[in-house]
Amino acid sequence: MRFGVAVFPGTWSDRDCAHAVELAGHEAVMLWHKDTSLRGADCVILPGGFSYGDHLRAGAVARFAPLMDSVVDFAADGGLVWGICNGFQILCEAHLLPGALTRNSSLQFRCQPTWLRVESTASAFTAGSSRGDVLEIPISHGEGRYVADDATLAALEDEQRVAFRYVAPDGSPVGPASPNGSMRDIAGILNANRNVLGMMPHPERASEELLGSSDGMRLFQSVARSLARDGAVAAAAR
Amino acid sequence: MTWTAEIVVQLKAVVNDPQGLVVRDGLRRLGFSGVGDVRVGKYIQVELDAADAETARQSVSDMCERLLRNPVIEDYRIVNIARAVERAAAK
Repeated sequence: MRFGVAVFPGTWSDRDCAHAVELAGHEAVMLWHKDTSLRGADCVILPGGFSYGDHLRAGAVARFAPLMDSVVDFAADGGLVWGICNGFQILCEAHLLPGALTRNSSLQFRCQPTWLRVESTASAFTAGSSRGDVLEIPISHGEGRYVADDATLAALEDEQRVAFRYVAPDGSPVGPASPNGSMRDIAGILNANRNVLGMMPHPERASEELLGSSDGMRLFQSVARSLARDGAVAAAAR
Repeated sequence: MTWTAEIVVQLKAVVNDPQGLVVRDGLRRLGFSGVGDVRVGKYIQVELDAADAETARQSVSDMCERLLRNPVIEDYRIVNIARAVERAAAK
């Protein structure tokens, strides 16, 4: 499988994502922000970082990159798009996902382990996990507090589009230990077609035991297995 | 004609503003015991060419809707639009 990894000015997790893809036994190609080609990618990763210096709002400027026009079309055709951290912020600003990511309630930049409960397995990203599994995957952000209006939150819950929720290590509610104060402890969400995932935690930083956790690798493997089984929807469309 | 627009972008009233809370607590700690709610926002100044003030205002509203604010979490107010030269002369 071929994963395309987007590179904007200020992206910092692109090489870590490519490393995780290669560790999973797949091919990673870098996608430059000024290009429009997705280079035949089966899944596009928008990695973490500070694209365009987070000017105005995190992710607000990246959506104007030529590459993003292709990513929006790719997603509309059913292609898998995976936004991690800044990538999640970009997906919200590009209106591929609802809601917004705002300043952490602590006002601190938090770089720490978090525990995520898998809330839905109905996506290529989470099919390799079981509902209720707790994954240890770190965060690294200052603006990760997920905010949306009541109608959006209700739709996300009703349609089981909350992919991950922050929990305590034993899977119980995280309560005041929430790393960012996200509404309903939301750490990751899916779009209505379930082919676009945005998540604040960094699975690529939990891709091998050397890093303290390999739980993130399950997501990379899940994507590859889903693509192998179902065939890439977008590949068929191309 | 060149115009200067001044825009304030603020988190909506229903969105928690942790920066505002910290500033409020800081002010109270300094002895400003009468301080109530504090909200922190952004001030944006845009220079633009437009035939008249109304056209300039329309254009700036469009800028706000499409980029300067995130409609999910932020409101905006155009607090002033003036001819750029008038503004310079007033300084």
